[in-house]
Amino acid sequence: MSFSPIDFPVKVDLNACIADKGCTVCIDVCPLDVLVIDPATGKAGMKYDECWYCLPCEKDCPTQAIRVDIPYLLR
Amino acid sequence: MQTINNEDLVLTTEEIETDVLVIGGGTAGPMAAIKAKQQDPSLRVLLLEKANVKRSGAISMGMDGLNNAVIPGYATPEQYVKEITVANDGIVNQKTLFAYAENSYAMIEELDSWGVKFEKDENGDYAVKKVHHMGTYVLPMPEGHDIKKVLYRKLKQTRVNVTNRLVATRVLIADDGRVAGALAFDCRSGVYTVIRAKAVILCTGAAGRLGLPASGYLFGTYENPTNAGDGYSMAYHAGAELSGIECFQINPLIKDYNGPACAYVTGPMGGYTANAQGERFIESDYWSGQMMQEFHQELAGGKGPVFLKVDHLAEETISNIETILHSNERPSRGRFHQGRSTDYRTDMIEMHISEIGLCSGHSASGVWVNEHAETTVPGLYAAGDLACVPHNYMLGAFVYGRLAGESAASYCANTELAEVDTKQVETERQRIFAPLARKHGLSPTQVEYKLRRLVNDYLQPPKVARRMEIGLVRFEEIRADLQQIVASNPHELMRAAEVSFILDCAEMAAKASLFRTESRWGLYHARQDYSERNDAEWAVHVQVQKDQSGAMSIFKRPLEPYIVEPDDVEKAVYQQIRIQPKGAVVSSGVSHEL
Repeated sequence: MSFSPIDFPVKVDLNACIADKGCTVCIDVCPLDVLVIDPATGKAGMKYDECWYCLPCEKDCPTQAIRVDIPYLLR
Repeated sequence: MQTINNEDLVLTTEEIETDVLVIGGGTAGPMAAIKAKQQDPSLRVLLLEKANVKRSGAISMGMDGLNNAVIPGYATPEQYVKEITVANDGIVNQKTLFAYAENSYAMIEELDSWGVKFEKDENGDYAVKKVHHMGTYVLPMPEGHDIKKVLYRKLKQTRVNVTNRLVATRVLIADDGRVAGALAFDCRSGVYTVIRAKAVILCTGAAGRLGLPASGYLFGTYENPTNAGDGYSMAYHAGAELSGIECFQINPLIKDYNGPACAYVTGPMGGYTANAQGERFIESDYWSGQMMQEFHQELAGGKGPVFLKVDHLAEETISNIETILHSNERPSRGRFHQGRSTDYRTDMIEMHISEIGLCSGHSASGVWVNEHAETTVPGLYAAGDLACVPHNYMLGAFVYGRLAGESAASYCANTELAEVDTKQVETERQRIFAPLARKHGLSPTQVEYKLRRLVNDYLQPPKVARRMEIGLVRFEEIRADLQQIVASNPHELMRAAEVSFILDCAEMAAKASLFRTESRWGLYHARQDYSERNDAEWAVHVQVQKDQSGAMSIFKRPLEPYIVEPDDVEKAVYQQIRIQPKGAVVSSGVSHEL
């Protein structure tokens, strides 16, 4: 994820993500609104470290491009 | 992290006009909107959501069961009302409980007809389980992960207007004291939105970001952290009465993970809460303050910590538990256990108690409503976790959503839009957008962290006056800090607004807790300086309301006469939660084979 070198819970497989083709499903469904399209890649990514690890982004992604890890503080 | 230059942000204002405005699109909100529209299809009904209606609120990923289904053949409304009267230590308005109980079964059938899946036996009857002390009310939903999809489909069919990513911050009140609409801003574009409405229904959920989880992670809360107490704060500033704020929500959870552990899913399958020796120490895992008191004592005592124990169960049962727990309400639970290398088959799972919150769905704290979901402000309604109907849970949110939607639709039929007070609009614009204009100051995250750390330090039960008084002084310092918060974009502006909601809730929680000089509801309101329950003085509701001068007033509201009186045996049931050693004489003489 290009916003930050720090490890965030929401991992996006840039090869699988189709945000650059207009998909915004994960960004739409996140209750905390932490996901955005990274202008550098056109792909989805985590901008705010405010994840509730609730998984709508992962479950609703049409290309299974997302994997959510439990935030480090809770692991 | 990128910083948006806030000078690039062009702030504009939009106006929307509707008849019914529902704030909060989680559980109660969609139901309220659907029912208002069904009752009067000519009405304009707008459902406003801070996140996205598709996946918002407490049930964003689904729900694994109904905790309080009142189904003929298993329970009667009278029995349920008595159970909750006792579970909430007598502080209930039984009319509101009856309004839930009598409409509970019809709501289950309606949800069933919409496609929500409930567990049924081989005859097609609902497979209700016993978890509570007296009655039988738990209906599992092993395939409950689709519930938001079902609601969304129904919203579309009913032609409810939906708007997402709008953060409501204040209810507009007209000169004559009735509702005129609400104020909100878009957490992406920053657009300020004035919504004119005849009726407003608050369905904004719990105040879930009040206490700080023991992990220190701000968003590791039991409740969906989007629910920051927005509605409690909005109702307060609108002049509505709130009730039972001192009856905190505290839940038994997996340690460091926000998932509930036991009662409703594993309990009926043979799992239970155990101490370090693997012994059961509470008779029923039904969540109540008294149960949490025993949990707290066991944690702190020599037999702690406390564990979820299912390792004695058959493989088939354990994999069934896993399937339900890891695919419904908290689907990341499996990977949490994997990360810790814990397995239900071989390990007891360490538990802990949650941060404090306000949530009538689980305990009793909320905006005061009557049996029609009306608050004390004309045109303002409330439903779901934020409306004071004790132990109401998800099904209660649906039933009160229905009642609120129907009440609001009837109210609109005889009401014109009230005039908008431009002073309120401008005052709120200043308050909300000020952090964008500041060039230097405090980050919303740091102020929130400090505030919630203070909530833990000074409000976490057991409570004592001097500590809460110091807490109030520290909260006032945070109130001054709000004037220094800096935000660089609308997202951070949302977090800044939420800090003010959390602060209002903290102040209400401290003042209501100080006011009730007795102990009640087990751990939820355990006062070290008034350790006994005192029915002579405190068999009353404690109300919080903003008075004419703008100050927070706290006062008693007498209990309505009971419609059904629990008998002495029933009254004692929730007082005797701890398992007695074999051969011990139980002082109340109560049989627990109820």
